[in-house]
Amino acid sequence: MKLDPTTLLHKAPPTDGAATRPYLTLAGISKRFGQQQVLSQLDLTIGKGEFVCLLGPSGCGKTTLLRQIAGLDIPDSGQIVMDGRDITLLPPAQRDYGIVFQSYALFPNLTVADNIAYGLGGARRDKQHRVAELLALIGLDEIAGKYPAQLSGGQQQRVALARALATSPSLLLLDEPLSALDARVREHLRREIRSLQQKLGITTIMVTHDQEEALTMADRVVVMNGGRIEQCATPFMLYREPATRFVASFVGQGNWLAARSRSTQHATLGDVSLLLPAPHGTAAGSGLTLFIRPEDLVLHPRWPATPDAVLADITKLELLGPIYRVSLHVPAWGAANVVADITHAQLAQLDISPQQRVPVSLNAARLRVFAGEETQHD
Amino acid sequence: MTSLSTPRRLAASRDETQAGALLWLLLALLVVAVLLPLAAILGQAMLAGDGSFAGLAPLRDTLAQPGLARAAGGSLQVALATTALVLPLAYGYAAALTRVALPGRALFRLLALLPLLAPSLLPGISLVYLFGHQGLLKSWFADGSIYGFAGIVLGEAFYTFPHALMILLTALAVGDARLYEAARTLGAGPLRRFATITLPATRYGLVSAAMVVFTLVVTDFGVAKVIGGQYPVLAVEAYKQVIGQQNFPRGAVIGLLLLLPALLSFAVDRWLQRRQGTQVSARAQPLQPLRQPLVRLLALLYCSAVGGALLVLLGTAIAAAFIQQWPYQLSLTLQHFDFDLVDGGGWLAFANSLKLALYTALAGTVLVFLGAWGSSKLRTAGTAGQLLHALAMLPMAVPGLVLGLGYIFFFNHAANPLHGLYGTLAILVLCSVAHFYTTAHMTARTALAQLDGDFEPVAASLKVPLWRTLWRVTLPTCLPAVLDIARYFFVSAMTTVSAVIFLYTPDTVLAAVAVLNMDDAGDTAAAAAMATLIVASSGAACLLFALLSHCLLARSQRWRQPL
Repeated sequence: MKLDPTTLLHKAPPTDGAATRPYLTLAGISKRFGQQQVLSQLDLTIGKGEFVCLLGPSGCGKTTLLRQIAGLDIPDSGQIVMDGRDITLLPPAQRDYGIVFQSYALFPNLTVADNIAYGLGGARRDKQHRVAELLALIGLDEIAGKYPAQLSGGQQQRVALARALATSPSLLLLDEPLSALDARVREHLRREIRSLQQKLGITTIMVTHDQEEALTMADRVVVMNGGRIEQCATPFMLYREPATRFVASFVGQGNWLAARSRSTQHATLGDVSLLLPAPHGTAAGSGLTLFIRPEDLVLHPRWPATPDAVLADITKLELLGPIYRVSLHVPAWGAANVVADITHAQLAQLDISPQQRVPVSLNAARLRVFAGEETQHD
Repeated sequence: MTSLSTPRRLAASRDETQAGALLWLLLALLVVAVLLPLAAILGQAMLAGDGSFAGLAPLRDTLAQPGLARAAGGSLQVALATTALVLPLAYGYAAALTRVALPGRALFRLLALLPLLAPSLLPGISLVYLFGHQGLLKSWFADGSIYGFAGIVLGEAFYTFPHALMILLTALAVGDARLYEAARTLGAGPLRRFATITLPATRYGLVSAAMVVFTLVVTDFGVAKVIGGQYPVLAVEAYKQVIGQQNFPRGAVIGLLLLLPALLSFAVDRWLQRRQGTQVSARAQPLQPLRQPLVRLLALLYCSAVGGALLVLLGTAIAAAFIQQWPYQLSLTLQHFDFDLVDGGGWLAFANSLKLALYTALAGTVLVFLGAWGSSKLRTAGTAGQLLHALAMLPMAVPGLVLGLGYIFFFNHAANPLHGLYGTLAILVLCSVAHFYTTAHMTARTALAQLDGDFEPVAASLKVPLWRTLWRVTLPTCLPAVLDIARYFFVSAMTTVSAVIFLYTPDTVLAAVAVLNMDDAGDTAAAAAMATLIVASSGAACLLFALLSHCLLARSQRWRQPL
């Protein structure tokens, strides 16, 4: 999965949405289907106007969680409070949300205008006025009379969005809304949905399995796995400081290195001693796993002054478009195999090719430390 | 916070409560129309001649009767013979229609489906006119040997051919051209390709078609009644026991026997459907029909021969209806349509049949569609939905004769508060709806399953009541299927004789029953005339529905055509 870290760094000022007034509170949500525990004891608070993404692999429970919020299912235990009202057991029609499904579920026999007006009551004039307003909002004024089958995927998606927003709900639920579209349209709609959400200030929850989508759109990302929340953080924090091994391996790329703790803040990686960014809290001599992003490995054109540089064998050089990915074998790090990402400019400066050796060091401040020596992650 | 042990339930909105109540009501109706009559047969089969409870003794006694064993043997033989005859014929016909660039393909398809418009009595009548004692070609079957085994098999072949064909058409219509290309590149000849690709891919369809033909033959009594002579078959035996000898317990036992092949075929079919899954992957390449001139010519000759035979069987009865005195005086006349001269019910019967068909189509379509919608689309369907769906599958496994018997036992019981229905047109409508419920239900479920399952959740999130979505979206998008269901109910109610034969009164006599009674009384020409009326009105109904469907599609289904 390609991920350009530089774009992420721009979003650096972390806005913690939960700090604003809580709008939706999930407490102790559990759900099982037969023998399978799909959600276990989930707690989540979402602030007013926040854009939250539920991210995770298929089967992690993210869609199930969205269905509990939408009232398409009820949790076995736990409580859902929306705007101070307990909605746990209320049918969908008595909640207050608009929803866009992966399939869009546009009514095929109704025109775009009729689809958008479907949930609207009141006088004909008012409805027409509102429909025109929404069509302008999604930038599709000219297709009001067309049927869904006559629209492109991206247009259908926007009509579904307009229909969900027509009744001015206070919560917008999006279930993998972009997954049926091709890459270019998807990228465009990401920006469009995000700016629409910000313009309307509507609290939004989006389910996705696409990490790039989650990282670029959301105020906060909830990473789920096996029915639990692994981490709930801003995209920046999620990428920089993954809280668990799962988050580290699921979001972006990274290298796993087996190490051993030496003192409260020092570890031994092969022949090298490292100062860790924070005390790790395990006993001296116990096994540790270090995690570092490919862009935090530094290749040097000549032997550097830093004491912890070691020699690495270059095994492969891959062009990924904007960057190169260099595969390395590092004997001094316990014979670890790692990858490092470098820019075209860096490569030109390094002047390296496979089968060569190159000095490498790591940016120890960016290390994440996990207990145990397990370095196998998929 | 609620504890884990408390089962929680989502509160239902008002429309959901209403729809739930409707679903329970439909379920209750199906229980009365299907389940209780069947239970009544079971009860009746355990009564002694004097009406006292006798446990399994009557069952044993009846089964020990030599006549019954002979009838069972006879039914088995004609059913096996018919299956062996129809299956290859229909397979070849279906293959020609689907796999060959056949000239006039639509016409041949229509031709093969024509027997559906006629009651099963009609082929019997035609066979009498062709090969019977006064038949044009009586020398083909010497000494009236058409009356019996040969006649039943030929008549049943006519009657079951379209049923087998429809299943095989579906089985043969799908296929993956890539498999055939791969086989050809590996050097497999046409026979090898057929044996290793076509046949395995259609084996489920073949088994399914065989089961359908077998069951239809065992449970049909129209053909055997007209052309069977003294040849014993179970269905006629049941009819004789009940109508002729008023021996209800024995009729009930035979009814139970008739249930067996149907239940077996039902079980096999369910099993097949589970095994079958998706055989053709989404990436399958569509088949290109064969275009070699020789293949096309052979297919054309074959389809002309088979379709021609069907047409002759249908046409003979119709022709006989207009001919003065077959085969001696071949001048045309309408006198056979003057039913006042013969017994059997005459024009009243025809009017009753039209009424029955119309009401069955109306009531059946509404009930079936609401039931299918409620059981598949309602969030709160729950137990009622599952029970309704299970019960809706049951009529498929119940032969009409058995259902009719059950209706006598259940509704004619003095203690039944619904006793008043007995002898009315209403009970005939109820029985016909129940009889043909399964196919209609499956059609509706299939159409509904093609709709996006998220329509209802979206509508609920927009706070639109279920009924409005049903009316504005679900019904319009399913309109072609709804029309199909109505047509199916109409034609079936028009042609059926098996279930209603036990339920009619002189006031509610039906056209198909009249055919039977006229033929019984020796008025074969009048029977042919009445059968012709049935074919004509079923055919007219089909045309009308096709026209209606065409107009409605053109007017209200614009959305189906991309711009």
